[in-house]
Amino acid sequence: MAGKTQTVIVGGGLIGAFTAYFLARHGQAVTVLERSFVGAQSSGANFGNLRLQGRDPRQYPLSLRAQAIWEEFETLAGESIEYHRTGHLYIARQDDEVDKLEHHAQTARGHGLEIEMLGTAALAARYPYLGRDIRAATFCGRDATANPRLATPAVMRAARRLGAKVIEHCEVGSIGHKGGCFEIGTRTHGSFKADHLVNAAGAWGGEIAAWFGEKVPMFSAGPPQFVTEPLPYIVEPSMQMVDGSVIFRQIPRGNVIVAGYPRTASEAGSSRTLVPPAKTLSAMQTLGAIVPALGDAHVIRVWSGVEGYLLDMIPIIGPSSARDGLFHAFGCCGHGFQIAPGIGAVLCDLISTGSTQTPIEAFHIDRYRGDVTANEKIAREFDQSAAR
Amino acid sequence: MSAAITLAKHGACPVVISDAPDAGGQGYRKLNPHIDLDPRQIYGPEYHRYESLNRQFSELLHIIDYRPSTLAWAIYGGKAHVLRDGQASEIPYRGLILAPGATDRIMPVPGWTLPGVFSLGAAQIALKDQGCFIGRKVVFAGSSPLLLLAALQYRRLGATDLAVLDTTGFSRKLLALAGMRHAPRTFAQGLSYMRELKALGVPVRTGVELKEIEGRNRVSAIRFAAASGKEHRIGCDAVALGHGLRSETQLAELAGCSFSFDPALRQWFPKSDENGRAGERLYVTGDGAGIGGAEAAVAGGSLAAIALLEELGTPVKPGEKSGLQSKVSRLRRFQKSLARAFNWPHEQAATLPDDVIVCRCENVTAGDIRKAAGDDLGPVEVNRMKAITRCGMGRCQGRFCGPALAEITAAAAGQPIETVGRLRAQAPVKPLPLSAARSEP
Repeated sequence: MAGKTQTVIVGGGLIGAFTAYFLARHGQAVTVLERSFVGAQSSGANFGNLRLQGRDPRQYPLSLRAQAIWEEFETLAGESIEYHRTGHLYIARQDDEVDKLEHHAQTARGHGLEIEMLGTAALAARYPYLGRDIRAATFCGRDATANPRLATPAVMRAARRLGAKVIEHCEVGSIGHKGGCFEIGTRTHGSFKADHLVNAAGAWGGEIAAWFGEKVPMFSAGPPQFVTEPLPYIVEPSMQMVDGSVIFRQIPRGNVIVAGYPRTASEAGSSRTLVPPAKTLSAMQTLGAIVPALGDAHVIRVWSGVEGYLLDMIPIIGPSSARDGLFHAFGCCGHGFQIAPGIGAVLCDLISTGSTQTPIEAFHIDRYRGDVTANEKIAREFDQSAAR
Repeated sequence: MSAAITLAKHGACPVVISDAPDAGGQGYRKLNPHIDLDPRQIYGPEYHRYESLNRQFSELLHIIDYRPSTLAWAIYGGKAHVLRDGQASEIPYRGLILAPGATDRIMPVPGWTLPGVFSLGAAQIALKDQGCFIGRKVVFAGSSPLLLLAALQYRRLGATDLAVLDTTGFSRKLLALAGMRHAPRTFAQGLSYMRELKALGVPVRTGVELKEIEGRNRVSAIRFAAASGKEHRIGCDAVALGHGLRSETQLAELAGCSFSFDPALRQWFPKSDENGRAGERLYVTGDGAGIGGAEAAVAGGSLAAIALLEELGTPVKPGEKSGLQSKVSRLRRFQKSLARAFNWPHEQAATLPDDVIVCRCENVTAGDIRKAAGDDLGPVEVNRMKAITRCGMGRCQGRFCGPALAEITAAAAGQPIETVGRLRAQAPVKPLPLSAARSEP
């Protein structure tokens, strides 16, 4: 299996998949090495939100580029990933949260998004099933949802049809660099040579960056998520508390999918996050308060994932400073699903043309050479044990 | 019950959490006290064991903190998380003995999702708990030592129109059992069940192949091929279907047990030592630890209790364990031979028609699973298969479709069964109402 390829991508998650897809479409020889199954980790276990409102302001150009790709994704991949343009409702239950909503809305509008501000009367008319203690909400109609379990394999299949090589159960053990060429050693499939290397190893991306002397403090965690039995379909948009306590959506087949916070630390050395029962109960209680009609619904399944987090709650995207030809794209801090196609497109720009029109300077790995200020969410949305 | 009795006799005050309204595993399930049922008729020669266990448990109820109708839905951080009367609460513990039992293992056949088809265990519960039969004309079909017992229990209580269709040939059973020099009581029991059924006029066909359970809106007949290959049809309004047992292992997984694959039973079991110890102050016993039947469960429960007492520093009589250890291992060995005798028809997974539903909760067919396995980058592992097809993702969390899912995945991928893995568990192990969380801080 070994041989020379233009680009090797380490990590077969959604970012690796989209990067492979765009590079292959651009006529480049590309190989993805995945140590387990494609989309096995947070790419497949996340909540499935394609949300534009409320993003970090520095991320809007990338997010908008990504959303345009999602919007034509099923045509491009030739199969359904349950993409649904549901819209997204950001909900405030306290007066000070209303200010936050307005601030988010202003930022989003500045990037050309249409954001609707809804007061109590409008909310009661449009979403009569919501509890009465809601002060206000903003609605963004361009936001959408998709099934993350289906997305990565679908993109990988599309990439393969364009000539990309995708190798599962292939763990990278070493990476060297000789004569302007990367040499990637694996235990099971021999070694690979490449001009470009993409580090898309998700929660494990920090380890690979460290091999090149680029140290980034990372930790792994996942939000507790659960799903109810199928119920009559009433909740169309995906809905999120701006206080960060809970986010939920209903799929047309009737199940309500919920993610609760704070996030939980992943098990050490493991590829899973066991959800503490108290967190499941706390998210259930919050959901019951927001949608009283769901009070008798049964939770049938709980899961979480292993997501890579960084202190400033934005990913690392862009060229390495340590080695020409190395590109990082990891540590998406729980919001990588929406931006993944944008990241893939940007990496393709960088690898095939040397530059990109999409501003990504804020995500450069060099910011971790100095002190990085912790995002306020680190204190609010994580367990102390998770955010170490 | 057995573990609690032993703990109580040694002065410990155990908490017994039982999902069922009355204690006692399925083997010696306590008959509903509000219904006039004669336990002698249902339990036959096993009556004295049933009676003795229930009596000892009742006599110790002043020491045992007994919590029936209570679902242990999670084990986490040294606490059992339970649901009782619709409310969630926690029970901290020093030691944990898990005895969650087993459910029927079912290989789907065309028509198995029709109303009127019950699992073999459900047919017995209907009798013991509600005092009713599952139909007027009941066919007990599949491959299990419990087929004969269940049919006999029905017959003894007055059901007249019964038939038994055993997919295992009689000679195969004899062959499998011939090598056992100390075939225990159970074997003799099986023969006596057979004789009693014959004497009572219940037809027993062995070595058949189940073809289809027929019916439009509910069961009307079952079609099968005799060993000769000739097809037959029996009209009926209910079918009790079972192919042996599968252990309930979710709580053991949540408590931190590791698992090993048993190639004879084609199942994963929590790893434990000869006393049932699976970790620090953690024990698994009964059919949830390894299929052994009711007698092994009674001995194993007591054994786990003694070992836990020792681990907690309570003095126990020397030698108390060894007799129980040899009994449990002998009975489990015997059950393993039984499992070989009563064939789990795994080879049928490969030939199951595409349109047969495998997962009732999510309406996933054998064809859906095969199609996913055949896709480029298609799943060859059960958790992955679940993620892609939703098979095992619904209310029962794969507790019923799991064994068939694994077999169909293995057959479709052309891989040995042990390589397709085991469905992972997360709490809650059974559905939990949102309202249960209301009392939580």
